[in-house]
Amino acid sequence: MIAPTQAPMVTTPWTITRIEKETEDTFTLDLKASEVEASPYRFEPGQFNMLYVFGVGEAPISISGDPAKPKRLRHTTRIVGTVTRAMGALRKGESIGIRGPYGSSWPLEQAKGKDVIIVSGGIGLAPLRPALHKLLAHRQQYRRIILLYGARTPEDILYNKHLEKWRARFDVEVYITVDRATRNWRGNVGVVTPLVKRAPFHRDNAIAMICGPEIMMRYAVQELRTRGLQAEDIYVSIERNMKCAIGHCGHCQYGPAFTCKDGPVFRYDKIEHLFNLVEI
Amino acid sequence: MRNNSGGVIQRADIGQLLSVLTEKGYITIGPTLRDNTIVYDEIESVQDLPIGWTDIQAPGSYRLIKRDDEALFAYNTAPQSWKRYLNPPRIRLWKAQRTEGGGFTVDPEDYAPSKYAFIGVRACELKAILIQDKVFLGGYKDPCYQSRREGAFIVAVNCTQANETCFCASMNSGPKAESDYDLALTEIIDEQRHEFVVECGSERGEEILKELQHRPVEAEDSQRVDERIQETISQMGRSMDTHRLQSLLASQPNHPRWEEVAERCLSCANCTMACPTCFCSTVEDVTDLTGDHAERWRQWDSCFTMDFTYISGGHVRSSVMSRYRQWMTHKLSTWHDQFGVSGCVGCGRCITWCPVGIDITEEVAAFQNSHSQKTTNSVEK
Ligand SMILES: Cc1cc2nc3c(=O)[nH]c(=O)nc-3n(C[C@H](O)[C@H](O)[C@H](O)COP(=O)(O)OP(=O)(O)OC[C@H]3O[C@@H](n4cnc5c(N)ncnc54)[C@H](O)[C@@H]3O)c2cc1C
Ligand code: SF4
Ligand code: SF4
Ligand code: FES
Repeated sequence: MIAPTQAPMVTTPWTITRIEKETEDTFTLDLKASEVEASPYRFEPGQFNMLYVFGVGEAPISISGDPAKPKRLRHTTRIVGTVTRAMGALRKGESIGIRGPYGSSWPLEQAKGKDVIIVSGGIGLAPLRPALHKLLAHRQQYRRIILLYGARTPEDILYNKHLEKWRARFDVEVYITVDRATRNWRGNVGVVTPLVKRAPFHRDNAIAMICGPEIMMRYAVQELRTRGLQAEDIYVSIERNMKCAIGHCGHCQYGPAFTCKDGPVFRYDKIEHLFNLVEI
Repeated sequence: MRNNSGGVIQRADIGQLLSVLTEKGYITIGPTLRDNTIVYDEIESVQDLPIGWTDIQAPGSYRLIKRDDEALFAYNTAPQSWKRYLNPPRIRLWKAQRTEGGGFTVDPEDYAPSKYAFIGVRACELKAILIQDKVFLGGYKDPCYQSRREGAFIVAVNCTQANETCFCASMNSGPKAESDYDLALTEIIDEQRHEFVVECGSERGEEILKELQHRPVEAEDSQRVDERIQETISQMGRSMDTHRLQSLLASQPNHPRWEEVAERCLSCANCTMACPTCFCSTVEDVTDLTGDHAERWRQWDSCFTMDFTYISGGHVRSSVMSRYRQWMTHKLSTWHDQFGVSGCVGCGRCITWCPVGIDITEEVAAFQNSHSQKTTNSVEK
């Protein structure tokens, strides 16, 4: 956590120790604190940091690493514009500014003793990976664990190594689908939502966590509701423009909520009245 | 707790207030006359005040005219509020310098504590400062705001007349400052007198008053103050019905009125810049020619700008309708959820400084009316 004496908008340089190219436009950075920190960096799955590229700007990026390994801070970024492109051009040994962690987290406490359904699309798997790490580290505390993941093409699938490992386990059910298949693809084709229809969870004792494009989240929620899941058992992660992450700049407002501090993870019943409105 | 100590200062002696505050190390900021408007700026003496001037405000219009007396504070609200001093339009947050091997160091801006004395803070403006306190000091503390706010000495001025655009009375934020000031003045002018009834709101205020030439407050003085305040309330040109407004607006995102007002709204952001409670900002990163030195700046922003909600999928609020809806819903509804108060203090600036004269009280009335019509209709059925 940020020491209360430090000015909240001031970034701290961390050093890039490893870069992994995930897909054509997506990469993962491993970082270590440049100066020896007094205490290890702690975060909850679902939280994010503001990442600063020298001279270019800041972007909110979820923490995608294992919360049990607080010495190595991990982020997965997709290149979509100015800051993320500059971030993608950084090299090992160079520095990146970090401030955080910010925001709410996935309901891993509430999920204890329940079936857990994770629905993710594209880069939306990044903020859910820490949740999966934690769920699997405490596997016996949960009932079924189901991961549904959709990517554009087989080449766009993130975290292949982890997905393979999880797939090989008997205590996790992993379903992957792609919008467009390539020649060697033998899996599902189509959007992720039909997978929700078939997912084997118990509707009275399950919790769902969703992150992906808004349109995908809308369909996923609809499908889960049809399957009988209550609104208060569904959690979604919302994306908004963020300039400060500390509730001062106003950019991330989503109805009454500041997405940076009340979100990005929201319990669905709290935002149901906003979720299907456009331009909120 | 209301502090009842006070005194009455004659017009001839009021200048001492400025000199005593200056002696104590305060930078005195007060109303001055510039470019046909009132501008809060550094003042040295009473001569810098807009002596004998008053403002005439109406939707989309602002004018200063001369009065037939020498009143010091006979105007209502200046175009710019005190937020310009507490939360400046543009500040540097930090500087960074590249080091060998791809690293960099960060040098946070040092905001030396400022000692401002604000002279002439209206009740509505004082309430707006308390609202911005919640934004900038309620959670994460903004060090710049804090450095300016904590030392600030507040001399409130109670309004003894109101403009057509004023509606603070209906927002419970004026026209009399009730607390959170150091000194509050009420200017009394009639055939026999030109004097200031002073109330102390803090120990600091009492200390200052002790050093000023004054006489005790008599019952008639308090009575004169009350009369002026009552008169001001009766002059107020507008009012806002806030009953159930929070839930009413929250429940009407698709009301046709949003489209109607959007047809007039130019999305110019004037209202948000002039509003004393609006707090939104953006950041800007700059580098020098070598690229080795970078700085991060923060500046005021507005929810009326297109880029405000940009994310990689596009602009969330691309229509003017959605941006006007955000502004008004935030001010009057979601602000309550966020900070436990309304985001509007009824100062009327957004009405005056709207180029097409959109009037927030009129918009609220439209929502309240269509709601009460609906309820009556359904009762009839
Ligand atoms: C909580 C949260 C978690 C996230 N997690 C991840 C993650 O784990 N991985 C990931 O890849 N992405 C994540 N994102 C999305 C990511 O933050 C954005 O993709 C990123 O900010 C894009 O930055 P950019 O500069 O590359 O893109 P751009 O599209 O160039 O710029 C986006 C930013 O620049 C500003 N901007 C753009 N154009 C203009 C203009 N003309 N004038 C002024 N300003 C402009 C926008 O206001 C915006 O702030 C997350 C977002 C949020 C809110
Ligand atoms: S009305 Fe708009 S500019 Fe003002 S505080 Fe709200 S979001 Fe920010
Ligand atoms: S919304 Fe308008 S009337 Fe209300 S405080 Fe802001 S500028 Fe003043
Ligand atoms: S990102 Fe600035 S208020 Fe949330």
